[in-house]
Formats: sequence, C-alpha cells, structure tokens
Amino acid sequence: MRKEFAQAMIDIVQSNDKIVFLTGDLGFMALEGLQETMGERFINAGVAEQNMATMAASLAYEGFLPFIYSISPFITLRPYEQLRNDICLHNLPVKVIANGGGYGYGIMGSTHHNIEDIGSMRILPNMKVFVPFTSEDVATSLNEMIHDPSPNYLRLNLATTQQAIAVFSPWRKIKSTLSSFATKAVVIATGTVADNLFKLPTHLSDELEVWLVSKFPIDNIPQELIESIHKTKNVITLEEHQGQCGLHETLASLLLKQLSVPIKYNTLFASGYPSGRYGSQSWHQEENNLGGKNLENKIIEFIRN
Amino acid sequence: MLETKRNSIRNRLIKMYKAANAGHVGCSLSCLEMIVFIKFQLMKSEDELILSKGHAAALLYSVLAEEGVISEEDIETFYKNGTLLSAHPPVNRIKGIPFATGSLGHGLSIAAGLALASKLKKNDKKIYCITSDGELNEGSTWEAALFIAHHNLKNVVWFIDRNYIQGFGRTEDTLKLDPLDKKLESFGFEVVTANGHDFDSLKNTVAQFQNKKPLAVICNTTKGKDLTLQDTVDCHYLPLTDSDFEKLIMQ
Repeated sequence: MRKEFAQAMIDIVQSNDKIVFLTGDLGFMALEGLQETMGERFINAGVAEQNMATMAASLAYEGFLPFIYSISPFITLRPYEQLRNDICLHNLPVKVIANGGGYGYGIMGSTHHNIEDIGSMRILPNMKVFVPFTSEDVATSLNEMIHDPSPNYLRLNLATTQQAIAVFSPWRKIKSTLSSFATKAVVIATGTVADNLFKLPTHLSDELEVWLVSKFPIDNIPQELIESIHKTKNVITLEEHQGQCGLHETLASLLLKQLSVPIKYNTLFASGYPSGRYGSQSWHQEENNLGGKNLENKIIEFIRN
Repeated sequence: MLETKRNSIRNRLIKMYKAANAGHVGCSLSCLEMIVFIKFQLMKSEDELILSKGHAAALLYSVLAEEGVISEEDIETFYKNGTLLSAHPPVNRIKGIPFATGSLGHGLSIAAGLALASKLKKNDKKIYCITSDGELNEGSTWEAALFIAHHNLKNVVWFIDRNYIQGFGRTEDTLKLDPLDKKLESFGFEVVTANGHDFDSLKNTVAQFQNKKPLAVICNTTKGKDLTLQDTVDCHYLPLTDSDFEKLIMQ
C-alpha cells in the first residue's frame, strides 16, 4: 500500500496547502515523488521520532495538518508518550502513518514488527485507527482522515488481491455464503490478514461469512451481522495483532451488550514468536494460526466441534 | 519595573504554595527572575513561552495572574479539587499555556515545532522555552536541539535553568552535563551565560546576542533561592515552612 499511499498523498497535497509531511528518515523508493511535490512542506526530521511527534503537535496547534511517517513500531511505541501528551490529550489533528504493522516487515524481525499497534493506538484519547484492506481503501481512508479534526493512525500493509470488495467502511461484509443455511460460522477479521480466508479450500470457505473491521474504536455492530451471529451462534475472530486490546477483546465487550443468545467465540490472534524463529509475513501468520494450513485446521476445529 | 513585577509575582506564588502546602517551591524560585525577564522584557504579544519544566506551574500561573489572564479567584483554587490549575500545566484551557507540560523533555520539541510553523508561515514570532537542567538527561531534548540547529530556527530562544540539582541528586553526580556551554555550542547554538537571578545580567547577556544562530541562555541559578533549604534536593519536594513563608513575604 506504500505506493498507493504516496500517490494518494501527491493527489491530496496539490489542493491542500495545510499539509506538512514529516518522515523519520524513511521513504526510500517510495516518497521521492511526494518530496518533490511538497517542497519545503516535506521534511526529513531524522531518526528522531520523539521530537518529530511533538513538533507535529505544535504544527497542528498552528493550523497545519501534519503527517508523521515511519515503520510502525518506530512511529507508535518509540514516541508513545509524545503521541499521548502532546497530540492526543490536546486532540490535535496529527496523522500518524505506519508502514508495516503486524508481521508486515517479515524477515526484518521482531523489532520491525508491531503486533501491539492497534491496541496501543486505539486506547489513546481521541485517536482513531484506520486499517485498510484493499489498495482503494488507502485513498479513501486518507480522504476521511484529512477531514477529521482528531488524531488518526493508519496501518499500511500489503493490500489484498481480491476483487469486488465493498468500499471502505468501519464494518463491511467481504464474503457471503450461498445461503444462511450453509453458514457454519461468521468470521470477523481486521487487516490484510483477512486475505488468507480467501485462500482456504472452497468447501471450507463456502461455510464462512466474513466481515471486516477497518476502523477503531468500533461501535454498534450492524444488525445484519448480529442476525448472522444469532443464526450460526459461532464467531471466529482473526487479527494479526496480539491477544490483548485488539479486535477480539473490544468486539467481545460489544457482543455482550448486543447479543441475546450464548455463542461460541473462537479467537485467532498473534501470539508472538512461539518457535523463536523468523520468516516472511505469511510464515509468521501461519506459525500463529493466522494463515495457511494452520488457519485451515483451526477453522475446521471451530466449525466441526 | 521588573523588580516590582518579580515581587508581586513572588508574593502571590508564596501564598499559593503555603495555602496548598505543596512542594516544587524551590523549582519555581529557581526560575522566577528568568520567567519575569522573558515575559515582561523580551516577549511581544504574538510570541509564545513554553515552560518545559512544568513542575514550576505555580510560577507560570502567578505570572499569568499578574497579566490578568488567570483570575485571583482561580489562583485560590490551586491544588484544590475541581481546580483548572493542576500542579503541572493543564491541557487546552488557559491562554498562555499552549501545551500541557510536566513530563520532562517535551518542551524544546514543542518550541521547535512552533518555530518551524512560524518559518513556514514566514512570520517573525519568537518562541521562548524554559527547560530545567535535569531534563537535559532526556534524549528527546537533544533530538530537538539537533533539529533547531540544523534548520537554523533562530526564532527559538532556549533558557536553561542551571541550578545543578535534579530530582534525586546533583546533576554532576547523576549524569554530568558540564561543560554544558561547549555541548550546546557543538550542537550549533550561540551560547551565552547569565546570572539567572539578576535582571541586569540577563539584559546584558541577551544584548550580546549576535542573531546568527539559535540562542541558548544558560542561567546560573540557585534552586529554592532564599529558602532555608536553598541549593538542596529537599527544596524540590518540601512545602514551605512558616518561617520561610514569613521571610519571603516580607522581602
């Protein structure tokens, strides 16, 4: 999504002279065009994310619309207090752009991964988290973000290759079954890891209705989804994020308020580095039961037992 | 004129601390003359002051009350439940306090961002920032210093309250800062040193400013100036004694 992000930004900044783009010394082979387009409004703030985050707060205070950009852990966890104190407590419209997130940086290893980003960002005051799924979602998210007078976090990852996915929305159904009688479980996922559900064997995939959450904090669950859950009484959550503070915990609290029947609630999330070994993003996903054969086996277990 | 302001602000400050039975008295007395000098000698109406050492908030409140920004009724609520005036500067509520501070090492970055905004807007607004010396332990302060110097943000004026005492010891016994002037010069600042309690010294020092680089003013000060426990860690934390209260109010 990095190229789509850069192109969308080039389009946006042509008609918005309030935007100032700060990067923490990243953007090689991706942001050169944006740098050229923005001129003095594009600043390499150096490998100094704490200073960059606070300066962005000041720029927003002065009426600018600042973007800060780096690899996900470097732009979230390193300057976490700066995000909380200077940006979020003051409710300033700083746009935090994270390349990667989850196991997005694959073989680069755990320091470059961020399976804590959604949780750590969504609990900050006034912060909204955007988790795009398709290439088109990137520009749609950005257009919503630039009109939002609050801080936002954007998680950029490898976009799905699926076609005909519904347009960006906090909740959207991205896969139906042939009939409600065929549906054995409702999968609720966030992020591009949901792409793995389209790679399951057809006979299994045919039994799953899939919903995507693309924005946090989440609020009311759509009625159509509630009805599907009432019928199947079987929910599976899927997230490339650690177990606490991510999708399944926040969703569970909403379901407790909105459901009137008991259901099975099966959770698939990133447990970290169980083997202590490293690989590509998809390798880590499979090791954590979020992709490949391990995901398939887990889903069979959840819908057959 | 500055002396009159100082006395009025100090009297209000001392009464606030005594009524609240609050600590941080020494931290405020350390930079009292510095803030009076910046506010009433240097600043124009459009300029900003960032008090990075937010634990001296009572001093800032007393200054803002002197200017009529904070009411005397609000001053009386300092430290009480429901007050706007928390022990460290609050979020979004008071003119003259653009950002909440209190976690150390943020203020110079706030100043850098405001100065960058002025540069982009092509105005000549100046940003004054008061940091403690202890918070120079924070790496973020040096990130900001690098940025300010690299971008030659000459509209930043950085005042350092150099009292040689931090939260749990003396600065040179904790993380040595000297030679601080050489460190700042090597980062790209024009560095001047003043007696931070003496208005003439502050005036003479700033008059030497060449205006070719961002300016750092090292203000040699005494933590808890004129308290019985001045120049000790104790005066960072302990509330005012009755005898010190009488002494300072009378001065």
